Order: sequence, then C-alpha cells, then structure tokens
Amino acid sequence: MNVPFFIAAAVAVFSTLMVITRRNAVHALLYLIVSLLSVAVVLFVIGAPFVAALEVIIYAGAIMVLFVFVVMILNIGPRTANQEGVWMAPEMWVGPAFLSTVLLGEFAYILTTSGGGSAGMRVVDAAEVGVSLFVSYLLGVELASMLLFAGVVGAYHLGSRGSRIAAKGGRK
Amino acid sequence: MMQQGLLLAALLFAIGLAGVLIRRNILFMLMSIEIMLNAAGLAFVAAGAGWGQPDGQVVFIFILTMAGAEVAIGLALVLQIYRRFRTLDADELSRMKG
Repeated sequence: MNVPFFIAAAVAVFSTLMVITRRNAVHALLYLIVSLLSVAVVLFVIGAPFVAALEVIIYAGAIMVLFVFVVMILNIGPRTANQEGVWMAPEMWVGPAFLSTVLLGEFAYILTTSGGGSAGMRVVDAAEVGVSLFVSYLLGVELASMLLFAGVVGAYHLGSRGSRIAAKGGRK
Repeated sequence: MMQQGLLLAALLFAIGLAGVLIRRNILFMLMSIEIMLNAAGLAFVAAGAGWGQPDGQVVFIFILTMAGAEVAIGLALVLQIYRRFRTLDADELSRMKG
C-alpha cells in the first residue's frame, strides 16, 4: 500500500466535492486550489516532479489568480469590504488550511524519506520531458503557441469594455 | 499503481462532470470544467508513468496550455455576460433566443 498517494487522493476527492457543493465562489476557489495542490502531490508521488511543479505554478498559481480576479471584479461596490470580512470568517478558511497543512506535511515526509517516485515507479525528470517535448512533439508546441496567441487576442477583444460585441448589445 | 492513478482521475472527472450538470452559475461551471481538464491530465500522466515514458507529461503540458487559453476566454465571456445581463445564472441566460 502506498500511503502518501492515498492520503493525497483522499484530500483531492474531498476538496473537489467541496468545490462543487459550496455556494460562495470564494470558498469554492479556496477548495479548488487545495484540490489542485493535492493533485500536484499525487503527480509527485507517481514520479512526475516536473509536471507537479507546473501544476502548482500554472494551475494553482496563474489560472486560479485569474479566477480570483474575476470574482473580485464581479463584486465591486461599497459593501465589498464588509462582505469580504464575512467570507473570510475563520470557519471558512480553516478547512482548506487544514487540508493544505496535511499536504505540506506529506510533501515534507516524502522529500525527507524517499524523494519523488515513492510509489516504486521510475521518476521521469524534466530533462527527459524536455527532450520529448522539443523533438518528437515540436509541431504540438508550435500549435500550442498559436492557440495561446488566439486566446490572448480573444480575451482582449471580449474583455475590453468598448468592444464591438458590447456596442451591438447596447443598441439592442 | 497505474490503476489507482487512473481511478482517481476517473473519480475527479466524474465529480467535475456532476458539477457542470448540477451548478447553474457560469463561474462554477467553468471551475468544474477546470476540474475535468485537470483529471484528464492526471490520467495522461498516470498512464505515462505506468510505462515510465515522458509522453504523458508532454500531453499534460499541452492540456495546461489549452486550459490557460480556455480560462482566459471563458472568464472574459463571464465578465461580458455579467456586464450585459447582470446575472451569471445559466437558466436565466438561456431565455435569450437570438
């Protein structure tokens, strides 16, 4: 039995269930971040440390920051400060904080005892992934760059206040 | 080990799918889609780790870029919808026909 894997998996399933059952978007976001962190620990345990780091940096970092920004933008108003005080009451962040502490302890335990790939699987490190990515999958990398470019342009167009779509909607 | 990884991915995917189906707030539906994408990536990495090959991780990176683009567009759409209709309820929004 591989105990770290199952603890992280249990945290992942529980926090994901909490995400889809919360009423408040901020609480759901907190649990979603915990869910992504626990999936990162799972990835680390099954021998993919590079992807685990990417999961934390890009998913739990960049993408969740976008979500938090949008939630905050949607709640502009004088009552916001008061509301944030209500949202961030201790009983709300104690759950995610406890789960994150569990994950942190588990991560420290894995690092001090065995390192990544404690599940007895071969660790596929960043060098191997890089070689595979930029040799066999080079075409995919180029396509991904075009996708990201389209995403940036589209988000800029949709997000700008005076865009043509908004103007048309205003005339209706 | 690979079976357990794939099982966890399937569980997370099912939870995300349930989230898309039961939540009517567009923001929560986007979050559930994120969960599903993440579960799909986890399945790829678990399968790749099962054979000790880096291909699963490469596909995970592609899924990551796709999720980034998807979130940028989706959140811009959420902002536009909120600006125009003052609601994020999908049922409320589905009343508009053309």
